[in-house]
Amino acid sequence: MSETTQFTIEQFYKFIGERKLMGAKCNKCGNIFVPPRPICPKCLSEDLSWVQLGNRGKLLTYTVIHVAPEKFQNMAPYAFGIVELRDGVRLPGIIQGVKHEDLMVGMELEVDFDTNVSPTWPKWPRYFFKPP
Amino acid sequence: MKGKPLAAIVSAGLSKFGKRDGLSGREIFAEAAKEAFERCPNLEPKKDIGALIVGNMSESFEHQCHLAPIMSDWAGLLHTPALRVEAACASSGAAIRYGLFTILSGICDVVMVGGFEKMTHRTTFEATEYLAMASDFPLEQWNGATFPGLFALMATAHMHEYGTTEEQMALVAVKNHHNATLNPKAHMQREITVDQVLSSRVIAKPLKLFDCSLISDGASCAILTKPEIARKYTDTPVYIIGSGHGTDAIGLYERDSLTSLKATRLAAKEAYEMAGLSPKDIDIAEIHDCFTIAEIIAYEDLGFCNPGEGGKFIEDGVPTLDGELPVNTSGGLKAKGHPVGATGVAQLYEIFLQLTGQAEGRQVENCNIGLTQNLGGSGATCIVHIYRRG
Repeated sequence: MSETTQFTIEQFYKFIGERKLMGAKCNKCGNIFVPPRPICPKCLSEDLSWVQLGNRGKLLTYTVIHVAPEKFQNMAPYAFGIVELRDGVRLPGIIQGVKHEDLMVGMELEVDFDTNVSPTWPKWPRYFFKPP
Repeated sequence: MKGKPLAAIVSAGLSKFGKRDGLSGREIFAEAAKEAFERCPNLEPKKDIGALIVGNMSESFEHQCHLAPIMSDWAGLLHTPALRVEAACASSGAAIRYGLFTILSGICDVVMVGGFEKMTHRTTFEATEYLAMASDFPLEQWNGATFPGLFALMATAHMHEYGTTEEQMALVAVKNHHNATLNPKAHMQREITVDQVLSSRVIAKPLKLFDCSLISDGASCAILTKPEIARKYTDTPVYIIGSGHGTDAIGLYERDSLTSLKATRLAAKEAYEMAGLSPKDIDIAEIHDCFTIAEIIAYEDLGFCNPGEGGKFIEDGVPTLDGELPVNTSGGLKAKGHPVGATGVAQLYEIFLQLTGQAEGRQVENCNIGLTQNLGGSGATCIVHIYRRG
């Protein structure tokens, strides 16, 4: 297996940099999971494929973070939540473009990408959520 | 055999919790050790103690790894085998469990367990960052999560699913602050009101400053022995009769539930079964109130009430000092303080005092069975222990 297709977090973020949200799919039990890992966490199979996930999902829970780590402090206060995508995969992330008082459990959001990579390790881009 | 003593606690020590300017972690640990040794005149520490297992979360605070031999040395136990265990905020809960295993292996008759953290010399930014390291880096930290943020996500979900209110969460803080006024070792010794909690500044909505535990300096320790030799050291041993350890996915987003912690449920199940007891047998508990919502969720996960009824449980006053099941008589992480690595054994220390009638102004009458619940991170680790008066 070539290095580019390994089921690693590094590869997950390489795809994010290409504006693609990709998950690992188990060819044996059908489980789709993010972050990818070398074995299916449900059935332990190593027979996996990459699948592109739909960008739409609904907000399961949220918060507004006022006290942030230093690298996020210039954004604070910012909304942060867990979104469940249509494929059942859940992702945590920052929610942009929604007034904080309008945040609601169950609201529709979609994944978008900030393809700038950090200058130092881990040199990854980021994804975030916004209204569709 | 159910309910059989796994080990005896024959002594325990706790440093003053708070802002301990000018001291390093090892000096605070020595303070806790001194109390444990003084409480137990029949113990010859250097001769009797076969191993030291010490919990500590983060070498970032003091730029110091390889901590166990240092603690052994500063406690006056140079050359005693020593090992550090790390399980985020459950580090010293884990130290208790692996102290038990060391005794049960038959290799050591007497083991010292403990924990410490020196935190307050760091800025809020630094402390926030070091603590966040106990959450998932690639998805959570990288995308802006903080520790209060993760518990805030659970709080929002609990409020949405069960109608839990910010006032109910505030009652947990008010209760624990009250208890801490009766604990001279607590970091903060002042009463607060529900209104003060509700009007304190927002950290991560809906959690406000007074919903959060404290960044503190402190250390804790205890002397465990084989049950058969406990009375050589004390007339009033406390027995550990149940031990449970649950783990879960590191990321909150990966777990089955956002309103319940499976690691707590798994640890509780193991500990209750080992002790041959059920939640209704517990007289007193120290539980991991890193945030007020965490205490409410723990009431439910430990089986003290049904899922979704944690808010009502505190509203009805059940866990108050004079309630049916007092919780966090020490003041909890909320007001006694939360030097993260020290917390698990600090919980044991409070149960030890209560079950031996030494808790002074906050003594609960007629308590025989105690429980501690120590959570790591946002819930990827939980350690539960059950104790019986000897």
